[in-house]
Amino acid sequence: MDTMEQKIAIELKHITKAFGPVVANDDISLSVKQGEILALLGENGSGKTTLMNILSGIYHPDAGDIFVRGQQRTIPSPHDALKLGIGMIHQHFKLVDVFTAQENIVMGTKLDRRLGKKELAAKLSALCQKYGLEIDPLKKTYHMSVSEKQTVEILKVLYRGADILILDEPTAVLTPQETERLFAILRSMRDQGCAVIIITHKLNEVLAISDRVTILRKGKSVATVTTAETSAQELTELMVGKKVSLEIERPVVEQEKALFEVHHLSVRNEEGVYALNDVSFDLNGGEILGVAGVAGSGQKELCETIAGLMRAEKGAILYKKENIVGKSPREIIKMGISMSFIPEDRLGMGLVASMGMTDNMLLKSYQNGKGPFVNKKPARELALRLIEKLDISTPGITTPVSRLSGGNVQKVLLGREIESEPQLLITAYPVRGLDINSSYTIYDLLNEQKKKGVAVLFIGEDLDVLLELCDRILVLCHGEVTGILAAQEATKEQIGLMMAGETEGGAA
Amino acid sequence: MNTLVNFLHAALLAGTPLMFGTLGEITTERAGNLNLGVEGMMSIGAIAGFYVGFVTKNLVLAVLGAFIAGLLSALVYAFLTVTLKANQNVTGLTLTIFGVGFSNFFGDFLRESSGVSVLKLSERITNAVQEIHIPVLSDLPYVGKLFFQYNPFVYFGILLCIAMGLYIFHTRTGLNLCAVGENPGAADAAGISVTRVKYTNILLGGGICGIGGAYISLVLCGGVWVTDCVNGLGWIAVALVIFASWNPFKAILGSFIFGAFNILKFYIPKNIISIPEAIFDMLPFLVTALVLIITSIRKSKENAQPAGCGVNYFREER
Amino acid sequence: MRKELAGTAPKSAAEPLIRIVKKPELPPVRASLLRVGAVCLAIVAGALFLLLLGHNPLSVYAEMVRGCFRSKIAIQSTVKIAIPLLITSLSVTLAFKMKFWNIGAEGQLIMGAVFASYFALFHSDWPHIPLMIVCFLAGMIGGGLWGLIPALFKTRFNTNETLLTLMLNYIAFYVVDYLRQGPWQDPEARGFPKIATFEANAYLGKVFGVQAGWIIGLLLVVLTFVYLRYTKSGYEISVVGESQATARYAGINVKRVMLVTMLLSGAVSGIAGMLQVTGTDFTLSTGVASGVGFTAIIVAWLAQLNPFVILVFTALFSILEKGSGVIQTTFGLSSYASDILQGVILFFILGCEFFIRYSFALRKKGGRAK
Repeated sequence: MDTMEQKIAIELKHITKAFGPVVANDDISLSVKQGEILALLGENGSGKTTLMNILSGIYHPDAGDIFVRGQQRTIPSPHDALKLGIGMIHQHFKLVDVFTAQENIVMGTKLDRRLGKKELAAKLSALCQKYGLEIDPLKKTYHMSVSEKQTVEILKVLYRGADILILDEPTAVLTPQETERLFAILRSMRDQGCAVIIITHKLNEVLAISDRVTILRKGKSVATVTTAETSAQELTELMVGKKVSLEIERPVVEQEKALFEVHHLSVRNEEGVYALNDVSFDLNGGEILGVAGVAGSGQKELCETIAGLMRAEKGAILYKKENIVGKSPREIIKMGISMSFIPEDRLGMGLVASMGMTDNMLLKSYQNGKGPFVNKKPARELALRLIEKLDISTPGITTPVSRLSGGNVQKVLLGREIESEPQLLITAYPVRGLDINSSYTIYDLLNEQKKKGVAVLFIGEDLDVLLELCDRILVLCHGEVTGILAAQEATKEQIGLMMAGETEGGAA
Repeated sequence: MNTLVNFLHAALLAGTPLMFGTLGEITTERAGNLNLGVEGMMSIGAIAGFYVGFVTKNLVLAVLGAFIAGLLSALVYAFLTVTLKANQNVTGLTLTIFGVGFSNFFGDFLRESSGVSVLKLSERITNAVQEIHIPVLSDLPYVGKLFFQYNPFVYFGILLCIAMGLYIFHTRTGLNLCAVGENPGAADAAGISVTRVKYTNILLGGGICGIGGAYISLVLCGGVWVTDCVNGLGWIAVALVIFASWNPFKAILGSFIFGAFNILKFYIPKNIISIPEAIFDMLPFLVTALVLIITSIRKSKENAQPAGCGVNYFREER
Repeated sequence: MRKELAGTAPKSAAEPLIRIVKKPELPPVRASLLRVGAVCLAIVAGALFLLLLGHNPLSVYAEMVRGCFRSKIAIQSTVKIAIPLLITSLSVTLAFKMKFWNIGAEGQLIMGAVFASYFALFHSDWPHIPLMIVCFLAGMIGGGLWGLIPALFKTRFNTNETLLTLMLNYIAFYVVDYLRQGPWQDPEARGFPKIATFEANAYLGKVFGVQAGWIIGLLLVVLTFVYLRYTKSGYEISVVGESQATARYAGINVKRVMLVTMLLSGAVSGIAGMLQVTGTDFTLSTGVASGVGFTAIIVAWLAQLNPFVILVFTALFSILEKGSGVIQTTFGLSSYASDILQGVILFFILGCEFFIRYSFALRKKGGRAK
């Protein structure tokens, strides 16, 4: 590709943005040309999303200049960004659930106001064909799968005539096959002259899709390299700032067979739809069993049903042959079973966001002791001990945990749970939002538990991590088990197909 | 038959303030703001309408005055919740306490300063709110009474409900309004000015509530100022929004039914069924409570409160 | 949120004049100072309003305060106003801590009063002390049951508690109205039907010239504080209030906590009702609550649900209430002035909360961020 002839679409110069005392972007510069895919690579918390939110008018930079097609601009709102042809596809979709696809697409625009529903649908279908997209314009959003929602988001931006697209972690919720399809769409956009910025922290995707890569570290842009001239190892070093081994340990531990079993478990969600359908598996002591699946395949329900938070319709959950189905969390504790659950929503479920560490330690132990009064002393001691042991950085044990960074929040939660010496540990997306160092701390903690003979259920989203960390991987699709694989022998493609519903290729 | 026709006729008349109140609150909640200040805004509208009518002797000006007063009181609410992001529940409640107090205070003040024991509207106003006689149609037996013998407010209210229904469900601006109420983040990202949409509709809603208040003070109270004249109608209107499932068309039906409960006591012959008056007075509130419970038992995704309702939006929240 | 401040949306993409930025939370002391400042501003706003009506605000305010403290009797009647307000504020605090929007303290107070009145009216021949205890318990039960109803529907069907408790207020009001016109009507009263005045035996005793309710109120302040701060149940309430998902995760029976807490909240309001009929009114009338349940919400909110701060705001609002009665006779200003002032104070406090969490950033020179 001859870069000299390409026009520059976006140029950011010396962008700085702080949130209170935290500097999210520190003097960042980058540029992207028309007909180019730029990857913005960085760890969680390195400021990628903040930077792109500035470009799409959601945040205001404290300092720095934005040039769009060579002209200096300020972008006060998303509306103004769209007028400049900049469209952002957010990681958490910005869609109205009760609207149809086309209502979501046209809202906020003045286009096609006179068109009826059918005519509009026809027009949108034509737009879809141009880029090879597929949607049903009259389908309600809450009936859509994640990849359908993403398609609507992309269409929303294209419909507004944007030719500069920003995608924030678009593949986090997709199967490998869906990711391939998305990449094909992005390439077709590039070939039609669009500028595309894709935010990601996955190296292989950067290498697969981008033309150039800009790497951010701790709010600073550290380098911009041409994709063809770099390697995964170089990118990692730039991203983390030092040589790191990307290997995750998988210690071999003697296992206690079928410490924990799930038989024919079926669960309906709030809408009465089966979230889990006839799920069976067993879990050994001293094993990490990974669970793979597209978001919303029943992972949440699986965790919450085992933890006693959701009611099972059918089936049995056995711990050492003792059935715990239908028992409340408190009853499970009374049975002498020590189970720990690290939920996906750490601040909304595992911890009380507005309380300090001490009060959060109490969550599991406030019932201890006789009489009507809470004894805070042990909780305070535990909080101090965890700060020491896990190197948690916090202003104090009474500082609301919501003010801690993601990694520290997870350490507080995991620390409290591990402290209760569980026999079964359920973790849902335990490294989501964490930087690499924190992630590795978490992996180490999990392996430590495994070595102690704890049975660990690990709900994951990054297939590479699942393949390296876990002993076996269970794949869920639409609430059904499509297979259980030995991690050492499985491949990503195989898991991807099973996530999409194919069952052949190895049931355990 | 005559009694029944009279009853239905009176029910619609009694339900009209509810219609305005409900419609105003629907508009507000569609923008994602739960305004518990309807009672207050209606009270302020009532005194403003009465005052303007009292001074100018002009019905149109009186209604306009009530509309503006309702709008201004909603402006206080909008400024606090939209711009200053104050708790919507508490702000609305405060508006009610303030509004009812303001209305009663000003009524007393007006009475004191004009030196009369009863504040009475001029006949020009009371005549203007008489039922409109439409030649031929109004004279039809039964049908005339049922459909064509109302004061201008009633027709205006129904037309307004229909207009608002068309606006919310069939225009792009209405679609944007719903988007803001359902998911302000999504609306913002789609280029809709959340603040402008919220302000516009909260103010509009407040103005409509104000007109409902004017109906109470100008029509229902028979031309004299009555302290505490709104007396809970605003609260019933808030509950009726749930009954109407945020739909202006259904608001017409809902307010008609609740109007009927309000006047039932005058139409049940005392010699047949003897129920104490207090029980009749309680009825609208009792039925509202039952409606609240029943609607909460059967819920659907489509006819639910706008998902963003009650939560303030701040773009840079993280 | 920025545009309305900068006028219309800028056509050229210039940075808005004023925009909102989040700031780290203020330290508690500065936050409190800000709130005190807001109250002062509200009083100034009230003064402007009085000025507009042609009164000298200073003399009106002075008269209000003087009116509350000018004599022993005046002070006693101010305290009398404070008792139900204090207790209902504590009642809604229990519910609000759980984020249960109980605005039904009014109705719960009335039902407590109704239950207590039954014994005061029809069993006044019982010995005084047992009668008072029974009235007290009856008041608690009456209020408690009335508070339990919305909680039952909330836990069972997730019924909107704000509106349901509100409707229950009106229903309770008409229950009294019914009793007044029907079964409990005083046959000896002429004209307007009303319920008979209690026998002297059913009067609550006085301590320092004021009904004993103030002691109960102060006791409840301490009890509520300890209950919320130091007990297991209090901890459960806080967790449920912050996040029901977390509460369930921690093995807390959310429904049970809600039911028990609303029972308690209602019972506390019921106590206020009992004290009002046996200690102040000596009869049951439709005006037994007269809006105190609503004022209580303001007080509880202003005090940030801290029982001791509630004491301070109760004092302030009682002075307002009593004072506006005084200025009615002195200046001919309607006593509804207190509602207006209360509203204005709260408007200002609500507005000032914003400045605790956010601040405005002005556009830098030249309209560009450099």
